[in-house]
Amino acid sequence: MAKEILRVEHLNKFYGDRQVLHDINFKLEEGEVLTLLGPSGSGKSTLLRCLNGLEQFNEGAIYFKGQKITPTDQNWQELRQKIGMVFQSYDLFPNLTVMENILLAPTKVQKRPAAEVKDEALKLLDRVGLVKYVDAYPRELSGGQKQRIAIVRALAMHPEVMLFDEVTASLDPEMVRGILQIMTTLAKKDHMTMIIVTHEMNFAAQIADQVLFLEDGKIIENTPGEQFFTKPRTDRAQEFLTSMDF
Amino acid sequence: MAHSAINVFLAGDNFARIMQGLWTSVWIAAVSLVLGLILGTIFGVLRTLPNKIVRFVLRLYLEFFRIMPTIVLLYLVYYILPRQLHINWSASWMAVLAFALWVAAEFSDIVRGAIESVPLSQKESGLALGLSRLQLFRYVLLPQAVKLELPATINLATRVIKTTSLLMTISIIDVIAVGQQIIEANNQQYPNAVFWIYGLIFILYFVIDYPLSVWAKRLAAKK
Repeated sequence: MAKEILRVEHLNKFYGDRQVLHDINFKLEEGEVLTLLGPSGSGKSTLLRCLNGLEQFNEGAIYFKGQKITPTDQNWQELRQKIGMVFQSYDLFPNLTVMENILLAPTKVQKRPAAEVKDEALKLLDRVGLVKYVDAYPRELSGGQKQRIAIVRALAMHPEVMLFDEVTASLDPEMVRGILQIMTTLAKKDHMTMIIVTHEMNFAAQIADQVLFLEDGKIIENTPGEQFFTKPRTDRAQEFLTSMDF
Repeated sequence: MAHSAINVFLAGDNFARIMQGLWTSVWIAAVSLVLGLILGTIFGVLRTLPNKIVRFVLRLYLEFFRIMPTIVLLYLVYYILPRQLHINWSASWMAVLAFALWVAAEFSDIVRGAIESVPLSQKESGLALGLSRLQLFRYVLLPQAVKLELPATINLATRVIKTTSLLMTISIIDVIAVGQQIIEANNQQYPNAVFWIYGLIFILYFVIDYPLSVWAKRLAAKK
């Protein structure tokens, strides 16, 4: 039995009077891939961003390896080093080179020796086929390349969980495959624990151990991956899969 | 014989005195800018933080210095500080104080604007990597802000250099004051000296300010 790494209990979030997340509950085990699916505006990204404190939640609790995080906790800095995140818009730092982007957090936040992180960064860059761009600035790279660097930058922190927020949504179709390939390898070979928000249904079906289907900020269905894509429990999820042409 | 007034430059040590006056203007402008930019950066960063009281106080500070004519500011530090607070610095350092506080106010607004125009997603990706607030400012936000604020900063510098022409009002012997002394001393012999002296001062200010102005324009066009 794998060890639990993340648990969310009765999480509620409001924007003013409007409730955007309703009583969210789920568990994640080490090495598991959780995919958040649902129509736009269903709260997938908001939920993801609550998990590393980019959004505050109002009620409930998150447990990371048994450590309880409540809505009033302000100290996310420690936790963010263990929960990596990759965004839709890549967000490399334009004032730094590729290598500097990767080195920044491991050397300044974790205080690891630069030489050691550099070695590791080169290995990771090699894996994503971008070694020759170490000294390039982000503006010289294509969207797909930037996103691969952003993944490497997050991995260099040795995260225990990786959050992916629609990381292929603004890429050209031919770039998308490369990114999905990297994520699949990460899941299957490195057994990285991942939470993924995506609209790529084929990819989700391949990679998801567990699917949370959200609508209007509520979890409609929490189902093992293979079951969700073949026979979802709710009509709403079935409708959604049909509308996505799956 | 209007052009013979050009002799005024060469008479005695007039030219050297003008350059001495210019140096006074330049060092006061330079020191004020350096101090003002440091202070202004700190104020600008503070103004992007959520604390409402700090932001309100700094906003008041900015408006005060923006509204107050510089000459009034110079009189305030020159006449009130020594008398009321028994601070007895030389006039030049009083001027530096007034100018630096003015630069800090104006620059704080430039810094705040630049930091706020760095996309929010840059801040979020920095935080997501575990950077502290200080690290976020130092490695991500400020370097990007510097690029955005450079043209406005250079403009501010040219304004400060021009405004040093007010220094003679608090009896600092700057380039304008020297010029006036020379004009008055030679009024009988060379009534046209006024044209030549102010002409020279015009050229001197131009030589200092124009390259800055061109530089600012070029940077602004590059964006």
